[in-house]
Amino acid sequence: MSRMTMREAISKALWEEMERDESVFIQGEEVGLWGGTYAVTKGFLDHFGEKRVRDTPIAEAAIVGSAIGAALTGLRPVAELMTINFAFVAMDHIINEAAKLHYMFGGQFKLPLVIRATSGGGRQLGATHSQTPDAIFAHFPGLVVVSPGTPADAKGLLKSAIRSDDPVLFIENATLYQTRGEVPDDKDYLEPLGKSKIQREGDDVTIVAYSKMVQSALEAAKMLSEDGIEAEVIDLRTLRPLDMDPVIESFKRTNRAVVVEEGWRSYGVGSEVASRIYELAFDYVDAPVKRVAQAEVPLPYNAKLEQLALPQTEDIYHAAKEVLYG
Amino acid sequence: MEKNEYLDLYQEMVIIRRVEERSAELYQQGKIGGFLHLYIGQEAVCAGIASVRTPEDRIITAYRDHGWAISSGIDPKIVMAELLGKVDGCSKGKGGSMHMADTEKNFWGGHAIVGAHIPIAAGLALGDVYQGYEDAITICMFGDGATNIGFFHEGLNLSKVWNLPVLWVCENNQYGMGTSVERASAVSEIRQKAEGYGMRNERIDGMDIMQVREDVSRVMETMRKEGGPYLLEIMTYRYRGHSMGDPERYREKEEVKKWQDEDPIGIFRKYLLKEEIATEAELDNQDDEAEKIVEEAVAFAEASPDPEDEALFEHIYTEPRPIEYRGYELAHESEGE
Repeated sequence: MSRMTMREAISKALWEEMERDESVFIQGEEVGLWGGTYAVTKGFLDHFGEKRVRDTPIAEAAIVGSAIGAALTGLRPVAELMTINFAFVAMDHIINEAAKLHYMFGGQFKLPLVIRATSGGGRQLGATHSQTPDAIFAHFPGLVVVSPGTPADAKGLLKSAIRSDDPVLFIENATLYQTRGEVPDDKDYLEPLGKSKIQREGDDVTIVAYSKMVQSALEAAKMLSEDGIEAEVIDLRTLRPLDMDPVIESFKRTNRAVVVEEGWRSYGVGSEVASRIYELAFDYVDAPVKRVAQAEVPLPYNAKLEQLALPQTEDIYHAAKEVLYG
Repeated sequence: MEKNEYLDLYQEMVIIRRVEERSAELYQQGKIGGFLHLYIGQEAVCAGIASVRTPEDRIITAYRDHGWAISSGIDPKIVMAELLGKVDGCSKGKGGSMHMADTEKNFWGGHAIVGAHIPIAAGLALGDVYQGYEDAITICMFGDGATNIGFFHEGLNLSKVWNLPVLWVCENNQYGMGTSVERASAVSEIRQKAEGYGMRNERIDGMDIMQVREDVSRVMETMRKEGGPYLLEIMTYRYRGHSMGDPERYREKEEVKKWQDEDPIGIFRKYLLKEEIATEAELDNQDDEAEKIVEEAVAFAEASPDPEDEALFEHIYTEPRPIEYRGYELAHESEGE
């Protein structure tokens, strides 16, 4: 185990997989000379060379589209989108091509492709650069959508994503890059795609979250613990396919749940999880499931207003209190 | 070329023509669903180009793909079965008219979003360069209409910046759906768009298969020697509407007639007779053979079963992952490969 930041964990996963497999390469805006706009690929160009660390034009359809083509030839491209907001420019390639090609051609085409993108607000980037539209992508069969909440999971899940033959959208929350945690050193440390994970045990209330909201949920759990309430925190880790087993198992013990996401609530991850709780564990429901999410506004630039819109640890704390005491 | 190769090429063009004509009938009978885009009038392009490529050269095209499927080497039976949505189709009945492929034949589809396959083609070529297949060329077809969409420009630019061996082929049939080139494109000579990317380009005739073969061979030879991309604008014409639902209010009957008089099959036939490569009787025999092959293909496709219900859940992912079935809970698992 080593203590490192999320950024270092992601960087390490990429580095190790590129060392391990010649067919893995990265491409995207400023991944090479610049060292990555979030410094995730710093030092990669010098070590791996221009063939495997490919600076692209600012042209997202070309970045994702050409990565799809390269994947079809058996390579394992990792295409980096500077932010998920720019994925909209490559939406056709993500949704109409990557998610469909294996199925639509009767299994002939394989896409061992990873698309990395940062998501989330809180950095005063304004409405077009601060969205958390993760749920949109989880709507489409054929894609695997992953978004880790801890450095260890970031490493293990990214390595699994690179080794998978399915197209994976790997969503990183940029405000988590400095978050530290213990990360296994094993070069073959893999976390399974499509498996939720209990990040904290507790029997009083179930808090379901993913990505940055896992950290907020853990903080809220600490506050609740001081009040004598033990929350179980479940990290979805993968939004598609969604693994509800640990959630349902937990809910059957706690009978109360809060679902947290950074994105908007309508048609979101919380809606999906809550409705599945009702479908799968209706007889265990002691209180309506609470959904904590972002205010339904385009995120403003002003720091105070922006924080007012984003879901806070206190919201999770209060929501948990509400499902416990009404 | 040997005599039998000429005859085969001629027969291939006739087969493509007959497959399309039979498809139109089957569509009207309700046996083919969805959208159906016919290739009639453009046969010299696919047959010509495919006949001069090597097996290492990849082919990728848009939704008007039946001719390309056949010229890439897919048996007309398999093409017809796909058109009818049957399990023996090249995409197991899940792709349909617009999504045919056979990776064994280096035919990479069949893509139905206008222009979206253009960046993918750049990626196929990148894969070859990356893996050291230096002689391989990716041949990417698209219509004149696709040159007005962003994908085209992103794909062409990338291919030049990265010096990728893509032969960009604009099959200029002069209409993007019902809108003529002049009404949709800032320049009516599509090849000029390559100039903006510093890319070699030319405009060639696509109605005379011998000319197509000669020009494309020459261009591919240059590409193999010098590397990098090249754009060819091939002038052709579709006799039928954009798709089966096209009222064709945008062009006069005389215009269609003018092009039919210069029919690619007729031109090739005249050439073969003039050069005394084949006799009338031999060519008639090829016509009959083609007719027979297509009839057999239709019979095969009609007899082929629908996919099993379980096929619904196959090939969503390559590994087993939970898949949900309508309102029911986790009834199925994607079977993977």
